[in-house]
Amino acid sequence: MLNPPEGVATSTRELAKRIRIHALRMTSSGGSSHIGGVLSMADIVAVLYGAILRVNPGNPQWPGRDRFILSKGHAGAGVYAALAERGFFPTSKLQTHCQNGSDLSGHISHKGVPGVEVSTGSLGHGLSIGAGMAYAGMLSGGAHRVVVLLSDGECDEGATWEAAMFAAHHRLERLIAVVDYNKIQSLDTVAKTLELEPFAEKWRSFGWSVEEVDGHDHNALYACFDRVPFAPGRPSCLIAHTVKGKGVSFMENTVLWHYRTARDEEFSRALAELEAS
Amino acid sequence: MLLTGDLGFGVLTKFAEEYPRQYLNVGVAESNLVGVATGLALEGLTVFVYSIANFPTIRCLEQLRNDAAYHEANVKVVAIGGGFSYGPLGMSHHATEDLAILRAIPNIRVVAPGCLWEVEEATEALARTPGTAYLRLDKSSAGRTNRPGESFTLGGIRTLREGSDLTLVSTGGILSVALSAADRLAEQGIQCRVLSVHTLRPFDSATLLRASRETGAIITIEEHVVDGGLGGLVAETCLEAGSAPGAFYRIGLRAGFSSVVGSQDYLRKRYAMDEGAIVSQALSILRPERVKRNPTSRRTGG
Repeated sequence: MLNPPEGVATSTRELAKRIRIHALRMTSSGGSSHIGGVLSMADIVAVLYGAILRVNPGNPQWPGRDRFILSKGHAGAGVYAALAERGFFPTSKLQTHCQNGSDLSGHISHKGVPGVEVSTGSLGHGLSIGAGMAYAGMLSGGAHRVVVLLSDGECDEGATWEAAMFAAHHRLERLIAVVDYNKIQSLDTVAKTLELEPFAEKWRSFGWSVEEVDGHDHNALYACFDRVPFAPGRPSCLIAHTVKGKGVSFMENTVLWHYRTARDEEFSRALAELEAS
Repeated sequence: MLLTGDLGFGVLTKFAEEYPRQYLNVGVAESNLVGVATGLALEGLTVFVYSIANFPTIRCLEQLRNDAAYHEANVKVVAIGGGFSYGPLGMSHHATEDLAILRAIPNIRVVAPGCLWEVEEATEALARTPGTAYLRLDKSSAGRTNRPGESFTLGGIRTLREGSDLTLVSTGGILSVALSAADRLAEQGIQCRVLSVHTLRPFDSATLLRASRETGAIITIEEHVVDGGLGGLVAETCLEAGSAPGAFYRIGLRAGFSSVVGSQDYLRKRYAMDEGAIVSQALSILRPERVKRNPTSRRTGG
């Protein structure tokens, strides 16, 4: 396995910590939570924005950029935080998250937010848009990659699998689907709601090359992203096994913290744990 | 690019052969169709999406709303089969609510040409105009109604016939019926102004309001439910401007779903959207006392 260059994992871990702290503050003051799903994907987003994605904060529409789509739009706070940390806009803007008159909607929106490629919020949309972008890249011969981050719950959506079939059929090898597989959806566990297993086999049978990874291990995440496409001529699916609420002990692996907003005592305890991490 | 959802047997072949890199059949998957189209458009391509009846609209309405329209993506959805074009095929293929639904979604131009010339001009105009659009095509048409040298304006209303007694406002291929109804009414001394509304959004309020003021009576004609489509648009526009006509009627589908099938002409007649129904309603709203005395002149077609 390829380890990231010296210092990269240290810096992406620091970025992940900042994303988590920003997101905790944003979701607590905004009253629109989904904090559990932000914490589960924070390491993935940090590795992408800290070490993998070729983006240019000074020129967000730079044609050669890698495209990133947050298909699990409810976790927008985590991407806003990453973009602010990368310098797309001032971190002070994060304080407006979900406040009256703000551009930073609870579900990610591109309008008025430099660096956000696509607005989502209804599940099952992102992979199709990403597939279209990757197809356009194939036609133009562009070198950029398209990374789509999905939740496990949105793999219930039929449209996700329409897009999966399309991407494999057209051999979109610059398309990467990352699934934040935290195994808990809105009301209950995935296993009790609508079982996805055998999950990797589903993606493989749809024609994707699939890897599984510990979604909190920065070295492992870096190594996976560094060697996409996993197989030539195939889109890549990275199933990232994660813990919902990762980083805050009382939020981890609980259904409650999909929606719950941390306030007062809970907020202080959560912040203390994240700052000590 | 031209994308299809596995429909258009025969009609797309020439394009696919001549422009293979610009043609893509995504399969029977309309949600993905519009999502992929949005992704392509966001990368700078002009994308036409082709399917029939309700499949590229209602089936994937949220993709049209959230993906294409919200991003102002350069996606043109083309549906063949407006109204009862596919009358014999049954309710699933009757596109009779699309105009109302799509005109409620911001950023979508809604275009329903009434004649072949309007189809050609509107298609070219849409290709030149960035943004999301819906082009509703019809199996019927009023032929070619353009005058020599006439230029086409997307978002305009065309006045095809001058008249001062009554305005017939039509959208889509049923324009041919509006024109023939105007001929019949002229024989009875009623001079109709006929407006072709090929674009419901943006909407040419000025031409409509002038007609309302100058004729004082309006009948809207659309192969669509009477709720929220052209009739609703005309009523809203006139009322809000303080130019409500003294007499008003919406010709359109009032029966809800049609479980009965038949040709486009048959279903128009069955649901009181044919020439006879228009003439009858015109006489009714203009001269109620005369119609009452001559009930045989009523031809509701039902």
